[in-house]
Amino acid sequence: MSFLEAQSLDVRYGGIRAVRGVDIRVEEGETVALIGANGAGKSSMLNAIAGVLPHTGSVYFNNVDLSYRPVFDRVKRGISMVPEGRGVFGRLTVEENLLMGAYLGNSQQEQDTDLKMMYEFFPRLKERRRQTGGTLSGGEQQMLAIGRALMARPKLLLLDEPSMGLAPIMVEKIFEVIRGVSQTGVTILLVEQNARLALESSQRAYVMESGELSITGESRELLHSPEIRRSYLGGGD
Amino acid sequence: MDIFAQQILNGLVLGSVYALVALGYTMVYGILGLINFAHGEVVMIGAMTALAVVSTLLSVFPEMHPFLTILLAGLAAILVCMSLAFFIERLAYRPLRNAPRLAPLITAIGISILLQNIAMIIWGRKYKTVPQLFPTETFELFGASITSVQIFIILISAVLMSGLLVIVHFTKLGRAMRATSESQRVAGLMGINVNKIISVTFMIGAGLAAVAGILIAGNYSVVHYSMGFMLGLKAFTAAVLGGIGNLGGAVLGGLLLGLIESIGAGYIGDLTGGFLGSHYQDVFAFVVLIVVLVFRPTGLMGERVSERA
Repeated sequence: MSFLEAQSLDVRYGGIRAVRGVDIRVEEGETVALIGANGAGKSSMLNAIAGVLPHTGSVYFNNVDLSYRPVFDRVKRGISMVPEGRGVFGRLTVEENLLMGAYLGNSQQEQDTDLKMMYEFFPRLKERRRQTGGTLSGGEQQMLAIGRALMARPKLLLLDEPSMGLAPIMVEKIFEVIRGVSQTGVTILLVEQNARLALESSQRAYVMESGELSITGESRELLHSPEIRRSYLGGGD
Repeated sequence: MDIFAQQILNGLVLGSVYALVALGYTMVYGILGLINFAHGEVVMIGAMTALAVVSTLLSVFPEMHPFLTILLAGLAAILVCMSLAFFIERLAYRPLRNAPRLAPLITAIGISILLQNIAMIIWGRKYKTVPQLFPTETFELFGASITSVQIFIILISAVLMSGLLVIVHFTKLGRAMRATSESQRVAGLMGINVNKIISVTFMIGAGLAAVAGILIAGNYSVVHYSMGFMLGLKAFTAAVLGGIGNLGGAVLGGLLLGLIESIGAGYIGDLTGGFLGSHYQDVFAFVVLIVVLVFRPTGLMGERVSERA
């Protein structure tokens, strides 16, 4: 069985079926992208895996069935999510935000090391450690959200639209960070509207359309697939 | 005797109790957006429980040191109120977590009436006198007189309020409470058991309410099944006055409200040439509330932080 395995996942909002029986697999150490148009069900998929949204079907992680486990229990087992819109605690300071990421334990020593590492990774956050999260710019908040998720020492990192609402230069910076995180061995499942960046930063990808999977494959191949280029990469070139 | 100093002292004593109760309102509001109208009744249950324990101890162990008696009664009241709050939240509010906001509000009012009636059945309709455990000593302070009970009220309140602020701002539990009050969804993603934090919040508020109930019982020497109603309303007013959801605001609002009421009651007779007497003191609380809300709808310390998405 794969590291993460979602089987016939179904997510409903009222009468609407946002995810329709989707199966995905992520192997340990991989970065996998989930791309698709707005409203294709990518975020719902991610939220179901994280346990934020109720779902039917199963989620296996590290050979454990997490299907009926609440969010906090999935976090305990090593799944951390950076939510869409970042979800920074606006009234907590930057440092408190980071410490929230390590809520479930890790010793004081590990926390201190991790905190130091995050500040090395994101010097901007160190400068602003005593400011409240709400005063940061969008890019800084995204760094904070990623740093906060890493403080949990996750085995699987779920990223929901990390480029959303950021200036192009900031997007580049964030994806540099994501590739860096992947190199440290963290498994990543990435939901992203910017298909090119997502494919360039991942090994495999799933394409979602109206709640179902349409195309699956190696990211490198998908980058050159005419169908993908037409629908998701702005066609032409 | 200096009347003004006396009114200020009385106001501080009254205000400390308001503040303790207001903290419970504001914490629950901060985390759930719910106005827990049953909170005043929790104060009453605290007072009633303490009185019941004190009476029992006095009849069974008449030789017991009064300090130990009040300590045991206090612990019992805190325990009862915390469990009560736990079950109220678990059974009445949690099932309505995703319901329209009016539903839990009406439920809260229902719980309030229910608790009053249960208390009436258990303890009767009559005012009950609180036995005096300690000889009352009176001290002179800035030309005003203050009793030992009043000193005790101010001290206990100050200690509890500082303790709460320390917990909320400097401990992991407090961080989790603040995170949960900002976003339950994201708090869950941090690995926080949001339901547990909500339960704990209700229980801390109820613990403070129990102490407040005992302090009031000690100060007025009388308890009644309906004593929580007006007190709860005033404490709620204090919380709104300070900016509901804000802990410092609840303390500030409570103290201010106590002072305004006390000073108002002391001078209203003179101001209106004897037309209105000090029994109009309740009016002040609500006049002040209206005035503050007209000019500062978020309360004195409410939400100064602008939040970005």
